[in-house]
Amino acid sequence: MAPVLELRGITKRFPGVLANDHISLTLEEGEIHALLGENGAGKTTLMNILYGLYRPDEGEIYVRGQRAEIRQPNDAIALGIGMVHQHFMLVPVFTVAENVMLGVESVRAGIFLDQEDAVRRIRQISEQYGLGVDPYAYIKTLPVGIQQRVEIIKLLYRQADILILDEPTAVLTPQEVEELFKILRALSSQGKSIIFITHKLKEVMAIADRITVLRNGRVVGTTTPAQTSEEQLAAMMVGREVLLRVEKRPAQPGEPVLRVENLQVYDDRGNLAVRGVSFEVRAGEVVGVAGVQGNGQTELVQALTGLRPAAGGRIFILDKDVTTASPRAILERGVAHVPEDRQKDGLVLSFPVADNLVLNTYYLPPFAQRGVLDREVILATAERRVREFDVRTPSVLTPVSSLSGGNQQKVIVAREFSRPIRLLIASQPTRGLDVGSIEYIHRRIIEKRDEGCAVLLVSPELDEVMNLSDRIAVMYEGQIQAILPAETATKEEIGLLMAGVRKEEVRATAG
Amino acid sequence: MSTPWQAVGARAGVSIRRARTYGFVFLAAGLSIFLLFAWGLPAGQTTTFVLHPGGASQAIPIPDLTLPSQTTLYILALLCVFLGGWQLARGFRRVNLVLSLIAGAFVIAFLTWAASGKSFNLTGLLNSALLRAVPIALAGLSGVLCERCAVINIAIEGMMLTGAFVAALMGSVAANVWKWPAPASLTFGLVSALMAGALLGLLLAVLAVRFKVDQIIAGTAINILATGITSFLSARILAEFQYLNNPGIFRPISLPLFSKIPIIGPVVFEQNILVYVMFVLLAAVHIMLFYTRWGLRTRAVGEHPRAADTLGVNVFRTRYINVTLGGMVAGLAGAFLILGSVGRFDELMTAGKGFIGLAAMIFGKWTPFGAFGAALIFGFADALQTKLAILAVPIPSQFLLMAPYLVTMIVLAGVIGEAIPPAADGQPYEKQ
Ligand SMILES: Nc1ncnc2c1ncn2[C@@H]1O[C@H](COP(=O)(O)OP(=O)(O)OP(=O)(O)O)[C@@H](O)[C@H]1O
Ligand SMILES: [Mg+2]
Repeated sequence: MAPVLELRGITKRFPGVLANDHISLTLEEGEIHALLGENGAGKTTLMNILYGLYRPDEGEIYVRGQRAEIRQPNDAIALGIGMVHQHFMLVPVFTVAENVMLGVESVRAGIFLDQEDAVRRIRQISEQYGLGVDPYAYIKTLPVGIQQRVEIIKLLYRQADILILDEPTAVLTPQEVEELFKILRALSSQGKSIIFITHKLKEVMAIADRITVLRNGRVVGTTTPAQTSEEQLAAMMVGREVLLRVEKRPAQPGEPVLRVENLQVYDDRGNLAVRGVSFEVRAGEVVGVAGVQGNGQTELVQALTGLRPAAGGRIFILDKDVTTASPRAILERGVAHVPEDRQKDGLVLSFPVADNLVLNTYYLPPFAQRGVLDREVILATAERRVREFDVRTPSVLTPVSSLSGGNQQKVIVAREFSRPIRLLIASQPTRGLDVGSIEYIHRRIIEKRDEGCAVLLVSPELDEVMNLSDRIAVMYEGQIQAILPAETATKEEIGLLMAGVRKEEVRATAG
Repeated sequence: MSTPWQAVGARAGVSIRRARTYGFVFLAAGLSIFLLFAWGLPAGQTTTFVLHPGGASQAIPIPDLTLPSQTTLYILALLCVFLGGWQLARGFRRVNLVLSLIAGAFVIAFLTWAASGKSFNLTGLLNSALLRAVPIALAGLSGVLCERCAVINIAIEGMMLTGAFVAALMGSVAANVWKWPAPASLTFGLVSALMAGALLGLLLAVLAVRFKVDQIIAGTAINILATGITSFLSARILAEFQYLNNPGIFRPISLPLFSKIPIIGPVVFEQNILVYVMFVLLAAVHIMLFYTRWGLRTRAVGEHPRAADTLGVNVFRTRYINVTLGGMVAGLAGAFLILGSVGRFDELMTAGKGFIGLAAMIFGKWTPFGAFGAALIFGFADALQTKLAILAVPIPSQFLLMAPYLVTMIVLAGVIGEAIPPAADGQPYEKQ
């Protein structure tokens, strides 16, 4: 039987980049096919071609044995191809039902929207696959995990049987990933074929039937989880051996750099998201904040960086009270911030790479003299940083928006790490990065630590927190459950604390 | 960056301050009614509000409303003070509604004082307010159509001007050259204006969508073009041949039964066909925008064009269609100035109504009826100012001109709150 989908010799050039170089790929019915590759390897580009958003320069696509011309998304949709994009394609001010039916609206009398009909069908799909989505909810009120399910419902609603998911797990908590995998398995057992893009090797090993690895726009090879290992996959992706664990010496903590006393912060809805948190981070140590997303970590970081007012308590940086200081005053005290949402809080997407690299220092010499920007210094510095941090971009004048997701993240890291800093506040610093880049950034974080910088690392990835931290603070419902030394802490212990079990009880269960 | 934590601030004390401010504003309104109006008014004087337009109106006649000026003002002042005190002590849940009430009370107090010892035709005022609101509302509606799919139409002014010119010229040609009977010649003028508006709309769409010209610049260019051409042609043709600037006007049509309702009847149901067309259009666009497939797609294109594109919605076509329709509605607004109002074209006769329409659209939160409501307030302010000049009120005319707008701004700022445009407003869409 012909494969459900076959790509032959797909080639796509962008100015200065060969994004896809004669890529061939087959997708069998009912399989989950993982697509792996470094940041900028060309995965998203390939999928956009398949979905009709880009036209390939060369190559052919066959769907169920038939040659297919996919000129626009409508053609792909008609062929039963659906895609969940790396950056979601949902209208925030619309309801779930409106988003789902957009483009294939149910109508009465030819023109009037029939929301009830759409709602009925969404409920049906939602029940069939255990998605639990309220069709009347507004997208902007939903957490990302649920938004992603809405994206999946969009595909199923259009009766797609070839599903493309571009880094669906990058924004999910481990729990949400588990649930997504259940959904994907259910879908594949019903004969849906799935292309699944991710950077997380564990996930690939857990869910994929077959794995194809891309590097520099070319297929490096196709394999199965049984025939390979995480180390092997990492090496295939990056083209060299990769350390999946971080090597570091014991910390040599010095004076406290960040001190937080009984901090309280409201969230957007006016609820107390951080409820009286106290801790300190000393020079030369990494304090990791573990916790299921949505337990106040976001608000905590925003308060520490001056982006959100504190409702109570105090924040000291280098013994100076900065509770009400402006973000600029805080960063001028030597604080670097890698924000959680890179596109919203970390970059000006339409600005070139070079400008984004000096977003928080442009007004200082050497980038500005007496209020006038010195373009040459800015450009020369940008060239250096891009090389140093291996940002894959055609030039430093390319707008950041056309960089691949992982390379956007590297721009932020390059900006924040190349200032003299005393405190690094990093929220999910490796979100969406490939294993090679993760290794690199982890190494840089440890280097900063060893230089005597204090590091506060917030990440829902338990592995990352455990690998990097010297001490681990576990947050639950706006409070710190416990602060544990990283050497003795176990995954189980932290998992229980994250789930809200109290420290004394954890000890009791463990002991 | 939009600031989602404004909401936090709101809960963390700012709202209390804002609520207090409202209370003081209410008290101040009461106090000013007392000091400015009631104080020093000769006792025993009355104000008469005429509630029937007179003339050929079919409305059931009702007696005039005669009020003791000072007592009325005291009552209104007390009302404001009471509401202000309540707001400070307890706080209203729907404080914006109360604010509108206060503004209404203030306007009535003002009229009571201004017309004290005289009689004042209230129906006439409202009628004139509606007529002045129509072109503004239509301009706002044109803006709604365009901006809902994320194209900023700053060219409404020019489109109106062109529509007005074409309506005057073509209506006159049909009536005075071809000697068509009135309904046919007027309709011809109207349809020509619609076509002219549509053409300019299409031009804007081509510039903004196809060539991705900055929309403000494209719109400004169209305004300059329209101003230049109509002024030139009007000086060359209309001024030379007067019969080409005399299309006649649509006569008022009294709707049976409805026109008999006191006050509302003569204000709303004894108008010419274009006013009724406006009401129908408002309702139609509202229904289309929020209850049809076209509307859902339009709003999606305005909020997140890439999302719409990935679902197979044609972003470009949507924008072409909507902006052309928007141009048509702007053409209608222009035609109203001629065929529904003064019956002849003058250079620059739109006098900024297109821009005021855009303001109405914003105040109306990009909804048809919101824009209409805002247009009514603008129209009312405009009408009031002309009527007061007739009453010879003893305050400087400059202040008279200003006062209604002040009230308008306070009310709008308070009642409407933050206005959020469609998320993609003004951004050209790049297909990848
Ligand atoms: N619209 C565009 N214009 C110019 N260059 C582009 C465009 N889109 C992608 N590229 C370039 O093509 C290359 C491949 O990008 P792509 O987004 O496909 O990578 P990716 O494999 O999805 O990476 P990531 O894992 O970081 O998302 C990158 O070098 C990127 O800079
Ligand atoms: Mg990608």
